Amino acid sequence: MRLFTHNHLACVKKGCKQNFPLTIVPSKVEMEESEMNSDFIIRMVDRLDYPALLKAATACKLTGLPDKLPERLDRKTHEAIIKQLHNALMQVHVVEGELACPGCERKYPIQNGVPNMRLSEDEV
Amino acid sequence: SGFSGTEMSRPEHVAPADVFYDRDEAKKYAASSRMIQIQSAMASRAIELLHLPPGRPAHILDIGCGSGLSGEALSEAGHSWVGVDISADMLGVAVTREVEGDLVLSDMGQGLNFRPGVFDGAISISAIQWLCNADHADHTPQKRLKRFFQTLYSCLAAGSRAILQFYPETPPQVTLITQAAMRAGFSGGLVVDYPNSTKAKKYFLCLFAGEAGVDQPAPRPKYKSAKRRKKRVKTTHEDGDEASMMTDEGGPEQDGMEVEGEEEEEEEEEGERSTEGQGGEGGEEDETVAAPASTVLYSTEEDRESASKLKKRLRKSRPSVKSKSWVANKKQRYRQQGKTVKEDSKYSGRKRPGKF
Repeated sequence: MRLFTHNHLACVKKGCKQNFPLTIVPSKVEMEESEMNSDFIIRMVDRLDYPALLKAATACKLTGLPDKLPERLDRKTHEAIIKQLHNALMQVHVVEGELACPGCERKYPIQNGVPNMRLSEDEV
Repeated sequence: SGFSGTEMSRPEHVAPADVFYDRDEAKKYAASSRMIQIQSAMASRAIELLHLPPGRPAHILDIGCGSGLSGEALSEAGHSWVGVDISADMLGVAVTREVEGDLVLSDMGQGLNFRPGVFDGAISISAIQWLCNADHADHTPQKRLKRFFQTLYSCLAAGSRAILQFYPETPPQVTLITQAAMRAGFSGGLVVDYPNSTKAKKYFLCLFAGEAGVDQPAPRPKYKSAKRRKKRVKTTHEDGDEASMMTDEGGPEQDGMEVEGEEEEEEEEEGERSTEGQGGEGGEEDETVAAPASTVLYSTEEDRESASKLKKRLRKSRPSVKSKSWVANKKQRYRQQGKTVKEDSKYSGRKRPGKF
């Protein structure tokens, strides 16, 4: 699971009030190179919850992200930041570990890079 | 009737999806070249129907991604994607095949676990008919459909589309699914590819989340001029070639979501698809050839209104109860049923005088 996907994931358990961001408790993190597409990153930043990404990056012991993003990212002037974002969002994979909901404290295991978000019927 | 399927060909009758697609079935699925071909073709068609702006990579949700075949079509089209599936074994196959998208194990009937507005679109290949199953004691298809469509609507960016290919079992099932989608706020309708072929027929539920842009009007079926349709039907009869009758082309055409120039392209593709090994069913075509409707739209406010008006009119034209003609009709009906009925006389159905 990339941090990009993690940034979109929320808990849907019945009655959960604060369902985002899920806390990552990683036990195995891998880096996997992927081709960078600056325009895509810039477009996706609008939908990003940056504080959640910072938290996730810290949990995965990733450094280099700025504390705050500039209001408008520019392809040329912010090249370094975009590179860092690409690295954090697209190249960091949480392979094994756990996600924990901040609201209802439900735990979601991550196995083989796949988070298991299935609930039991009484949680729906 | 395109609602085919015996017990054997409907896995949703056999076991819940997470049970049915176990390790063996998942492997089978990934190894069958025919399955791969059909799935990829449907995925490509779904991507085409998504109508994404060209040359711009988008972030797409793949619902019921299974072993990642549809995801590969998305990757090929240059999009980034996230796949959700209920079967851990199917996702296991996707992981070993090293698909590019991220995978999430979840049950779509429990709701999609995503924040609002994060996807540029969604596709689903042969998955949503599973929602009509009640695999557990506390499953209610209506509730699961509702949760699914509500969460799907919310996780899509405004103005984006969801193209859901599925195998409906019966017409009421189509209504059940489309109504649930409509209640969740979607607009859109059903596009049927190859409407005249029992085997090749494919249903795509095309949904629009929020305001469609000016360049993306909601799909409204227009009917081809009768002349052209006739011509097409004729060619079908002459050379028995079903290809010319396939896809949206045969009946209501351009539902408003395709740009003009695309028509040609589509026609080419139809040719390709029809050669895809759908042989040996030419005989079934004839009876349905003239059926014009290959697209079912949700009934609009207008339609419903006119339907109620029609009902009223019918009620008016019916003779009022106990009137002379009503009695005559009833006697006639009973006679036909072989019951003993009093003979008609000058008193039959006559009004009683007011008072004694």
